[in-house]
Amino acid sequence: MYPENFYYSQDHEWLKVEGEEAVLGITDFAQKQLGDIIYVDLPVVGKTVEAHQTLTTVESVKSVSDVYSPVAGEVIEVNQQLIQTPELINRDPHGEGWILKLRLKDKSELNNLMRAADYEKYLEGLEH
Amino acid sequence: MSYIPISQEDRQEMLALLGLNSVEELFSSIPEENRLRNLLNLPSAKSEPELLSYFEDRSKKNTFDQYVSFLGGGAYDHFIPAVVDYLSSRGEFVSPYTPYQPEVSQGTLQVIFEYQTLICQLTGLEIANASLYDGATGAAEAVLMANRVKDKKRILVASTVNPQYRQVIYTYGKNLGLEIVELPYNQSGQVEIRGLQAALNEGTAVLLCQSPNYFGVIEDIKALAEIVHERGAMLTVAISEPLSLGLLEAPGKLGADIVTGEGQSFGLPLSYGGPYLGFMACKKEFVRQLPGRIVGQTVDAEGRRGFVLTLSTREQHIRREKATSNICTNEGHCALRATIYLETLGRKGLRKMAWLNAQKAAYACEQLTSIPGVRARFGGPVFNEFVLEFPRSWEEINRKLKDRGILGGLGLKEFPGLDQCALITVTEKHSREKIDLYVRALQEVLR
Amino acid sequence: MINVIREPLIFEISSPGKTAFKVPVLDVPEKKELLAGLPLRADIEGFPEVSETEITRHFTRLSQTNYCVDLGIYPLGSCTMKYNPKINEKVASLPGFTQAHPLAPEELVQGNLELMKTLEKLLLEITGMDAITLQPAAGAHGELTGMMLIRAYHQAQGNPRKYVLIPDSAHGTNPSSAHLCGYTVKEIKSNERGTVSVDDLAREMNEEVAALMLTNPNTLGVFESDICQIAELVHSKGGFLYMDGANLNALAGITRPGDLKVDVMHLNLHKTFSTPHGGGGPGSGPVAVKKILEPFLPVPVIEEIGGTYYLNYDRPQTIGRVRSFYGQFLVALKALAYILSLGPEGIKEMAETAVLNSNYIRKNLEGLYELKYDTPTLHECVFSDKYQREYGVTNLDISKRLLDYGLHPPTMSFPLIVHGALMIEPTETESRRDLDLFIEAMKAIAREAKENPDLLRTAPHITYVRRLDEVQAARNPILRWEK
Repeated sequence: MYPENFYYSQDHEWLKVEGEEAVLGITDFAQKQLGDIIYVDLPVVGKTVEAHQTLTTVESVKSVSDVYSPVAGEVIEVNQQLIQTPELINRDPHGEGWILKLRLKDKSELNNLMRAADYEKYLEGLEH
Repeated sequence: MSYIPISQEDRQEMLALLGLNSVEELFSSIPEENRLRNLLNLPSAKSEPELLSYFEDRSKKNTFDQYVSFLGGGAYDHFIPAVVDYLSSRGEFVSPYTPYQPEVSQGTLQVIFEYQTLICQLTGLEIANASLYDGATGAAEAVLMANRVKDKKRILVASTVNPQYRQVIYTYGKNLGLEIVELPYNQSGQVEIRGLQAALNEGTAVLLCQSPNYFGVIEDIKALAEIVHERGAMLTVAISEPLSLGLLEAPGKLGADIVTGEGQSFGLPLSYGGPYLGFMACKKEFVRQLPGRIVGQTVDAEGRRGFVLTLSTREQHIRREKATSNICTNEGHCALRATIYLETLGRKGLRKMAWLNAQKAAYACEQLTSIPGVRARFGGPVFNEFVLEFPRSWEEINRKLKDRGILGGLGLKEFPGLDQCALITVTEKHSREKIDLYVRALQEVLR
Repeated sequence: MINVIREPLIFEISSPGKTAFKVPVLDVPEKKELLAGLPLRADIEGFPEVSETEITRHFTRLSQTNYCVDLGIYPLGSCTMKYNPKINEKVASLPGFTQAHPLAPEELVQGNLELMKTLEKLLLEITGMDAITLQPAAGAHGELTGMMLIRAYHQAQGNPRKYVLIPDSAHGTNPSSAHLCGYTVKEIKSNERGTVSVDDLAREMNEEVAALMLTNPNTLGVFESDICQIAELVHSKGGFLYMDGANLNALAGITRPGDLKVDVMHLNLHKTFSTPHGGGGPGSGPVAVKKILEPFLPVPVIEEIGGTYYLNYDRPQTIGRVRSFYGQFLVALKALAYILSLGPEGIKEMAETAVLNSNYIRKNLEGLYELKYDTPTLHECVFSDKYQREYGVTNLDISKRLLDYGLHPPTMSFPLIVHGALMIEPTETESRRDLDLFIEAMKAIAREAKENPDLLRTAPHITYVRRLDEVQAARNPILRWEK
């Protein structure tokens, strides 16, 4: 279910690291909690964030959720597909439903995140 | 009189079911010492006939109807077709709540959808909301909206905008750190272009102007739009007399980004100032910053067309402190009246009605300015209101006109240098006879 | 039941050349060249052209697809959907009121000013407050006005302060109004009774807190019994206690917010005082204050000298104007008519019966639906869908099924502290028969949830439209008709 090579945050974001960059999205668990996604408020390219700051918001019909950056970085690309088809996040949260790409400021911050097995354990904990 | 259908017997049975001996026990969570020992000191209950005569007596203490009135300035006396009162007073329109359950609220929702469409057609913009409180709060909301869209705090407001609208913008803006700058007007009674250019800078979010403005003068929206857009700011046009849109080009087509205003002219009686109807329309790209409710079209489980409240994530019940506005209850029933009014007059009727207003105002202006010493104060084109300058203080003239049964207009002494001026409003309800009466009275007063 | 005609949009039944209104003939010489040279419109593109018959049928048919209070119980929690007396509509439509221009000289509208002043006095008696403004156009507008008064006071002391405390059970307008007034909102968690605890509040209360916004009874229908200690605590740090008066229907004639040390509050005339909600307004949200905040009230203020009424604009410390003119005048008249027709006994009976009716429903549905908080409640009670979720049925499904029974559902999914909430407020204007109709329907639905959950999940079945696709509406917004 949850790709082995991703990093996961407690706020249900995932990161797929490629060199000094990382693709970011929200997890399958998060998209299920939100329900049908109707809008993603994509940030401007060039926006810089510290870890745990709000990157963007994702909206379903009756809720709005902040998407936090698990690590510090700079937004270098956003998924333009989401403007027309935000439901990609529901359909393929770990693939086509990616939200943006970050240039990482400090790769060591990744050590603070979970790997797939830990994240799955974390989810089990939430369900109880 | 009581509207409580629970009899004493019901009461006793219901209390018994609850295992209580008295109604007081229902309130045991309120500390004893906080409960009232006596009845409130209110007048004793009135029967329906008593109530009606009480209100009729007060209504008769209002004596304005003994005068011929030329008052406007943000509230207009227009004819209201009988169908507006008749249809809008149906219980199915008067007594529902906000349409939270769309399956049993399609009437309300479809009406608002039609209303949004009519407002878009009139303003020449792509989307409109379901209503705001009134023209003044609409102007304030428009300013806040521009502040959000542009993330800039400098707000330019033409001093020809209705003074009440400007006051409300200031009341709202001062707590949010907005820098509100008022712009001068020129001899035509329009925004002075040089003043505008000097005031515009990189931190400017918006220019808010009114057209026709408080002096009744029609602004050059196209020119204003070009100037502000060049500097990266938005143009908001406030409209207090929307009947003018029957005749004038839609502001959206001339470059306005947001159009807001007072919809009272559309089938709402003067009602001593309320309830009125704030309307707002904007370009599609700003939809997520638009305040208030919005109705959208969708389909039901069987594929049939239906309407729902939509894009609710902008609103306070979901986004709480991050919402685009705190507005919840708006002016639904007033929007219904406006919808019936506009659909009754229709494509041709609204234009004709607007033409009638403009013609009568032009006639009145011409007749009044033919009196020696009376002149039009501003050179700019007008719709159904205009400012005249008199040879003496308006206060004195106004008093003497009133002695002759005429409410001749609104004084403008809050504008420096205009204490000999007045704003005069003429609508389709002013027959030639009434206008001529005013002309004769003014001749006498000035003789 | 007759077959329902599916009414198209007016634009779809429009055809060229029709009109429902004959514009009078111009009785002054026409100037053909008038406004020449200006950008005029040749046409109002897309505007409808229909006859009066079609207008009447259009709106009559549309009206018949609406549920309304005139038809039956409308138990939306915190909305106080009570019956709207017809005499109130009649008095508010007297020409002496409807035809008054708001800028007419004060001496010509003495009747209007007297009535507004009278309503002010009666509302002050009911609330136990010292001064009031009728201007705010609705509840949320009243909240904003109230917060502005608080800010103006603090500003006058040299520091507007930073924070406003709001319980997590509050209506969304509270945080939104505080924010719009330039404050940062801090949320207070409800305790196990569903109320604000003095200890929790003590931890958050300090000299940077401008005010606490409290709804009382709160959105669970629970009276905040510690309100006086809460007020003292807030006052001890120089803050104000704001009371959201949305639920005043439970208290009128029983206790007075002013006696509970509340400093500022708004009232909803369209809830407590029976003015019709009109499918989403107009409302009216007067704001009442204690003496200390009176100097800051919005202008103008209605005053009386020797039986003559006038509008006072000369108020140096005023927050300014919050809207055009003086408020929702016609709405104020209806509220006044309501208070005068009830009298002091009637007002008390109103609150008593509202609380009785709510507890009657609560008692009858207890056990069938979960009560997350079993604290005693006043005018409303909040159940949840917890028991029904076992069968895959949610509060939405329960609500939609109620529509099939010809009844309006309660407020859903609010307050936020109750997952799957069903918030029920019957008001005092429901008869035993109407209460029982609702109770029986809710009981039947609880059974159906077990036996035939699909029936609920696909409800409603017999309404004008079936369940509507809100996702599509939001993803691809169609917000107006286009050719």
